This record gives sequence, C-alpha cells and structure tokens, in this order.
Amino acid sequence: MRRALAACLALLLPACGQQQVPTGPDMEAILAAGPAETLADYGLFTDASAREPAANVIPYELINPLFSDHASKHRLVYVPDGQAASYRGGEQVLDFPVGTVLIKTFAFAPDMRTPDEGERYRETRLLIHKAEGWAAYPYVWNEDETEARYAPAGAWLDLAFTDPSGMPVEIDYRVPNQNQCKTCHQLGDAIAPIGPKARNLSHEGPLGVGQIEDWTARGMLTVAPDSVEAVADMHDASLPLNARARAYLDINCAHCHRAEGSASNSGLWLGWEEQEAVRIGFGKHPTAAGRGSGSGTVVIEPGAPEASIMVYRMDSAEAGVAMPELGRALIDDAGVELVRAWIEDMPSEN
Amino acid sequence: MRKLLFAAASVSVLAACGGAGDGSDSDASGNQSSVNGTTSGASGGTIEAGDDFALRLQTALIEAQPGSTITLPAGTFAMTDGLTLDVDGVTLRGASPSETILDFKNQMGSGEGLLVTSDDVTLTNFTVRDTKGDGIKSKGADRITYSNVKVEWLGEPSEDNGAYGIYPVESTDVLVEGSHVRGASDAGIYVGQSDNIIVRDNIAEFNVAGIEIENSSNAVVNGNVVRNNAGGILVFDLPDLPVMGGNTTLIRNNLIEDNNTRNFAPPGNIVASVPSGTGVIIMANEKVMVRDNSFANNQTAHVLITAYSQDFSDEDYNPLPRNIEVRNNTYGESGYNPQGDLGELASLIGGNLPPIIWDGVTSWGGNDETDVNIFINEPESVGFVNLGLGSYPMDVSAASPSMDRPAGESIGAIPTVKLSHAE
Repeated sequence: MRRALAACLALLLPACGQQQVPTGPDMEAILAAGPAETLADYGLFTDASAREPAANVIPYELINPLFSDHASKHRLVYVPDGQAASYRGGEQVLDFPVGTVLIKTFAFAPDMRTPDEGERYRETRLLIHKAEGWAAYPYVWNEDETEARYAPAGAWLDLAFTDPSGMPVEIDYRVPNQNQCKTCHQLGDAIAPIGPKARNLSHEGPLGVGQIEDWTARGMLTVAPDSVEAVADMHDASLPLNARARAYLDINCAHCHRAEGSASNSGLWLGWEEQEAVRIGFGKHPTAAGRGSGSGTVVIEPGAPEASIMVYRMDSAEAGVAMPELGRALIDDAGVELVRAWIEDMPSEN
Repeated sequence: MRKLLFAAASVSVLAACGGAGDGSDSDASGNQSSVNGTTSGASGGTIEAGDDFALRLQTALIEAQPGSTITLPAGTFAMTDGLTLDVDGVTLRGASPSETILDFKNQMGSGEGLLVTSDDVTLTNFTVRDTKGDGIKSKGADRITYSNVKVEWLGEPSEDNGAYGIYPVESTDVLVEGSHVRGASDAGIYVGQSDNIIVRDNIAEFNVAGIEIENSSNAVVNGNVVRNNAGGILVFDLPDLPVMGGNTTLIRNNLIEDNNTRNFAPPGNIVASVPSGTGVIIMANEKVMVRDNSFANNQTAHVLITAYSQDFSDEDYNPLPRNIEVRNNTYGESGYNPQGDLGELASLIGGNLPPIIWDGVTSWGGNDETDVNIFINEPESVGFVNLGLGSYPMDVSAASPSMDRPAGESIGAIPTVKLSHAE
C-alpha cells in the first residue's frame, strides 16, 4: 500500500511539473506502451532544454550521417544501467538491449558555416527499444526551446539559414510523422536503427575518445573486437572515390534500398555489401520511377552522370522526383558531386 | 484498492493541472473525453472539416485502432505531404469520390499521396488528386480493397503527372473495383509483384497504360472500361526484380477502345516503349488468357504479344511470352495508323496491321528455340501477323512476317481467383 501511494505521488510530479524534471532516465516512461507527451518526461536530460544529458546518457557521432537539410544532429544513447549492447559487425547495427533509447536532436544556426553560434533545437527523434521491438517517436521543440512535445503527425517548419557554402536558403523543413519514421527505419516487418553500426561508430566521438573503446569501458558494449574497421569517411578526399561513394549510398539510400527496406520492390539495393552490379544500378532500368527517371534509361550509366537516373534524382528537390523521398527539402550538393564524380570516373561502356 | 487509490490520484492531478493528464488511465477515472484531444483518431470516427485537417487526418491514421473506420467529410482538402497508414484493418471512407477530394497539388514531400503498409485495409469513396508522385500506394499490404476510389491528374495528359494511380505492390489478395483512374504518366492501375488479384469494373482513361499487371501471378482483370490510354491493359514480367515469373492472368469482358492517346511516359520507363494505340500487350509472361473482350478503334493493334526486348543479365528471367490464348473477342477497327517500331514494320506488310500481332520471338541469348504455345483461337476472319523477328535485338531488315497462325493448343481455363477477404 505504501508503494502504491509512492507511485501515485511520483506520478503527480511529472504530470504537473513545469520545471520538475526527473533526475535520471525513467524506465517506466521509456518502456510504456505509448509515447510520453514531452521529451522531458523520459528523464534523459537534467534540464528542460535538453542540453545536459542525465547520467549514462552518452553523446556520440557517426562517421557518415544521413543528409538532412544541413541540420546539425546531436546524438545520444542511453543503455539501461547494468545492461549492455552486444557487438555485431558488418552491415548490422549493434544489438541494443530492451530499454535502450537512441536520441537525435536536429538543430539549425542562422549561419551553418558556424553551426554552434546561435544554434536552435528544432526537433528530437527517439528510437526506443520496447519489449516488443523498436518504436520511433518525433518531438517538436517550442520557440523558447523549453519543451519538446510529441508530434505524431510531424510538422512543417519554416526555416531560413545560410548553408555551409554561404548561400542563404529558406525551406519548408519537414519533421516526419511517426509512420514516415518507420518508412526509413523499416527492417522487414519491424523497425530498426540505421546509423549505429560498429563500423560507423569506430572513430573518435564528441567525447574525444574512441567510441567503441569508450562504450566498452563504460560497460555499455560487450565483446567488441580489439579493432573495428571503420567505414570510409565520405568527405575524406584522400580516400578512393569508389569507397566514398559507396559509403554515401550506404547511409543515405540503403535503409530503403535493400531487400528488407521500403524500396525493396525496386530491386535497386545500395548497401555497402552489395556486389551484384545490376542491383547497384549498372544496366538497371527504372521500375516505378515515373518522371523520376528524367530522360535516363538506367540508374547508373558509367562515365555519364548526366544520363544516370541516380544523379538526376539526387539532384532534385521536387516531390515525386527527389531521392531520398523523405527527410530533405534541399539538395545535398556535396553528395551529388561525390556520386557524379564516381560515375564520371567509371570507364564508359560505349 | 490500489486501483482505486490510483484513480483518485489521477483525478486530483486533473483537477490541479487543468486536464493535461495521462489518457491511459482514463478508464479508471471515467473521464476519457476531457483528457484526450485526439479521440476521433483513437477510435476511428469522423475527421471534421476545418483548420489543420491534414494534420488531424494524419494523426487519426496513426492513432487508429485496428479494425476501426475513419470517415472523411465532404469537401476538398489541401494536402502538403503524403499521408501514411500503418494500422491493420482500418477502413478509410469518404462521402463519395465527387464529394471528398484530397488535393495534393501543393504537395511538398513524399513519393505518393497515400501510402498503406498494413494489412486488411479498405479505401473507399474518395478522390486523390494531382499528387506529385504516385496516387495511392499499398506495399506489403495483404487483403487490401480499393473500392469506388478515384485517382486523377487534372488537365491534359502530361509527363509531369505522377507515375501510378492505384499502386498495390508486394501484396497477397488485392481487390481493385469500381474505381476510376485518369492521367497517370505510367499505369493508372498498376499491380506489381503480387499474388491473387482481382481488378474489376474500373474505368482507366488518359493514362499511358490503363491497367498493368507486372511480375504478378493469379490475376483477373474483368469488366473494366479501358479507353483513351496509350496502351490499354498490359501484362508484363521484368527482369532484375525481387519477384519474377509473372503468370496466370485472365483478361475478360473488358471494353478496350480508343487507346490512341500519345505515349507521354518519361523515356526511361518500360511503358515508354508502348506504341500508342495498343489494346492489350502481353510481354514475357506465362499463361495469359484474353477472352470475351470488346476491342474497338486502337490505331496500332488490339492485341500485341511480345518478348522483353531489352538487354538483361538476370539468369532467372524468361523474356518470352508462353502459353498465351486469345479467343472469342470482338474486334473493331485497328492497325490503321501503327506507331513506334510497329509503324516501321507495318510498311513491310502494306502499311496497315492486323488486330493481333506476335513478334515471333522464340529464343534469347543464343538459347535454342522453345515451343512457346501462342494460340490464336479466333475465327479465320480475324487478322493476325507473326512478325518473325526470331530474337532480340530487333533487326527490321531480318523480319519475316507471316500471316500463318502458330500451331498452338488451348491453355485451358484460368483458375478462378478467390480472395480471402472478398467475394
């Protein structure tokens, strides 16, 4: 009976709380059947604006992130106390235990050449490993950045900023709805994380230490090999073009373009491991591209990026043409240039 | 006792905070309606017209309970992003296609107007208009029903229209009935990589292809009006896709006429090769019956039976049509203005083409000729030509056209398609 009373009292605080923030990750909220109303309800941060992670909520960075309209992405992971993710290599993401939360906050500064100056949080997406599988929940920040509220239907945000090349841009930025989260995070009938593969984590993260080693030392990760081969950094011009381009396609396309993904019916599979030329796009005619094919007849025409549907769709921001079809309003010029150079560099078949 | 205490605490919270409570305990507090601002979605119900319609509709689609019905009101509603449904057993119902219109002309994101990824869904009585990509797509959505739905692109047929109107793919048990698709720059009704399919009593017009069954098996296309497309009804199988081996389709009792709209497909797509003015095209498929249809005024041909003509490396793929039967159709005028490669070939046989054409291809990739069993089971008065192309790539100068029908035999009755979710 006293326990029941205590539980009731505990419930009172977050329900009313304007500034009352739990002192640590709240497993009840994390494992609840549905989403909490606000990000603060999970207790993943010690302040309302989510700048101060709670204990054991660890910031990390991926070697290659997905392009999202130049947003800065602040990633954190919480693995429940006393538990650990199991190492998995290759194309698999780490095997995180139930109760894990992957947190990704999307932020913009007025000038993205200096992304830390005047940065504003816009949305935070959670992937939570519930008992029955992963769930994806979008949260949208208020203007004062004091509260991020659950937004199942997503949102459109009017954003204006200077992009990393110095161009002023104004966009209708799309916070995806909950189903759109699943569209990208689909793995067969389930939902799964995309980014945290060992090879995409195997570098020095925001804490200034090797992330695989650090997570192992913290007890968050078990039985990782002594050294994990890192994926090619797609922006590192010293690396081979092929490796950089394939790394780019892997993180920007392969979550849908794989056998278990949302674009499975295209037969175009762009994962890092894919070896079959036609599945990568060589001699591959469009299946359901419609006007997304432009004037091209194949996905990749070696030596001719201008005739390659892949480049055409990456180089568009128009719904119905643009690929990826979710998650961006802008063209990733650097990505287009990389893939263009990769295709240009291929020996022509004619 | 615990529950009672809990309820008391819950109620006191509500009183203190003015209603921003926890809906999950509302059964205990008995105060559900006041704590949940999105009840219309949670239990289905009607989405009222008004501000934030798209947002409220999408929320309802996410929060719907399995088996519930979401009702759309009459009116034209502007959509800025694609809608998505991922809850099993949901019915989405409008007032009628002429009254309930979801208008996507200002769509800013997503590859389609509505995407369904759950099973046992019914879509009925509404219109999806002017989407930037496909109209309605259902993927991995078994036992889906499209009934009395309209998907349209207004204005003249245009390359800028979306690809597919009604687009079920990778699904088992698909029913598309009583629907109307207009203006798709690929296929109006496209069923891909699916099994057990009925497409009946629809109208498909002013699309590049009216109805297309692709890389699919066990399909019946019956009782449709297919007019003013570039090509009427297509049964295709394509290489390099996860599901191949398209087979067993019955095309019956359709009205297939005036499919003389110019081919406005973007060039890379397979339907861009469809000659304007073709009634039915069977390409690289096994066991297809075309019977009891009414063909009229298709300028290139009423029935074209052809191999896949492009290069491919897929070793599992068979590019030939085989076990095809054409019987008991009625044939109006055709072949008076043949388009595309067929126009070029027509000059070899006097300029006009007969209503039924077979490319005569029986081998590929250096393989031996195979007995493909093309059976033209029509009176001798119905014209036929075997273009005698032998194999691809096509060499017009090597064509040896012949009016002789191949020695085929009946493929027998196509088994009735029984859907597990509909009669």
